[in-house]
Amino acid sequence: MESLSLFDITGPIMIGPSSSHTAGAVRLGKIAANLVGGTIKEAKIHLHGSFAATYRGHGTDKALLAGILGFNPSDEQIKDSPAIAQKRGLHYSIITADLGDVHPNSVKFDITLTNGQHHSVTGSSLGGGRIIITSIDDMEMNFTGDKPIIIAHYHDTPGIIATISTLLYEREINIGNMQVRRCREDQTAYLYMETDSLCDQLLEQQISSINGMYYARIINPFDHD
Amino acid sequence: MDYREIITYCHANNITLGQYALQSEVKRGDSTAEKIKTRFAEMLDVMKQSTSSAANKPLISVSKISGGNAYKYHQYQQNGDSLLGELAANAVTKALSTAETNAAMGKIVACPTAGSSGIVPAAILACGEYFNLKQDQLIDALMAASLIGKLIAESATISGAEGGCQAETGAAAAMAAAAVCQLRAGSPEVCFYAAAIAIKNSLGLVCDPVGGYVEIPCVKRNAAGVTNALIAADMALAGIISYIPFDETVTAMSNIGKMLPSALKETSGGGLAATKTAAALSGKIFN
Repeated sequence: MESLSLFDITGPIMIGPSSSHTAGAVRLGKIAANLVGGTIKEAKIHLHGSFAATYRGHGTDKALLAGILGFNPSDEQIKDSPAIAQKRGLHYSIITADLGDVHPNSVKFDITLTNGQHHSVTGSSLGGGRIIITSIDDMEMNFTGDKPIIIAHYHDTPGIIATISTLLYEREINIGNMQVRRCREDQTAYLYMETDSLCDQLLEQQISSINGMYYARIINPFDHD
Repeated sequence: MDYREIITYCHANNITLGQYALQSEVKRGDSTAEKIKTRFAEMLDVMKQSTSSAANKPLISVSKISGGNAYKYHQYQQNGDSLLGELAANAVTKALSTAETNAAMGKIVACPTAGSSGIVPAAILACGEYFNLKQDQLIDALMAASLIGKLIAESATISGAEGGCQAETGAAAAMAAAAVCQLRAGSPEVCFYAAAIAIKNSLGLVCDPVGGYVEIPCVKRNAAGVTNALIAADMALAGIISYIPFDETVTAMSNIGKMLPSALKETSGGGLAATKTAAALSGKIFN
């Protein structure tokens, strides 16, 4: 028998009406924005399954957008997110789509940054506010937002993972899960890593400045915001 | 843990169910007693807001198909017209208010879910106001409620999609019933009788939300849930026992949930969701 916390029963503090279609949606939007980094100019939000069918009454569209704008699931401004997006000059569109064989509450964000970069992030809301990010750009992942993650895109040369591991070792941070995907044509590699404890911003700077690194980002769980 | 062992432990150490819940949460090792209580105090503050926000001015849901009923009931109650006593009528107002706040994209505490979030706060806060109780007692009651919810979730489910509405508003009513008993100085044993009675009174309740939205009939079922909790607590406090013990009522709920067809478990494929009027209302949401 699984032993639950009292806080699995009472809580979270959230904006209604649905932990999966509203609170989970905010988290998906926020994580997507954190994953791509930078200032977002445009977001095309593709809704799948139950998200597509019931988003209006659940405010799923507003919740996803609020997340992209950086709000937390308990922020009362969630319902005003379309007006806030307009004020901030963030363009968005809601598109109902078939994303294939995925969880019924799934979403794909196509994001354009002000620097012209494009990124796509796909994820699902699993119920009770729990979420999972299944891919960013072409990289498959299994990110729940409960653990800190490090993502990195770099020129595929020996020693980069060793350097990152050393930086983590110096901080006594344990690696829980790691995936590497390499692209032979352009000799680049994507790294996705989950850690057991929180990572600091200096670590992100240090990883970013490793020779051959295109970008590196660290995303800590929201509860620690 | 067997709930009987919890009762024995509470008696042996002369502590409440809420204090037991706190001790067991501390033992998990994620947090200290102080921090846990602070988190519960924060949640209680949000509950105080949500139990009054829709009662003081009419609040309409995001889908615009429901709302304004907490306000309407509050006015009626304040005129002294309610058939219920002051405490129960106040609890109904509070349950409607939180449920409507939830449907209007306001701030609530999931307890145990968003759809059933009106029941526990309404019961605890209405008792708190009526008997003029201290904040510490209310937090202790909220922890007792959470413990009951935890025991239900560990051996059954608190998800409407898995177990029907009995798993959401039924679990919430059991949580609220035990909390109220504790507030009235009922022993842990009495708290579990109250929880068992509340579950028995909810068995078989299906999850059939119109259009898939947490509004019709969810808002009114929160009002029904809190009155169920108060009746169950009242009977237990009067010395009435539950012939079927708490854990067996939870097992019965779990089994019934499994037997329920999927059309009656949050898919809007049956029940009220499949009525002629539901179809018309759902059409309205999209236009």
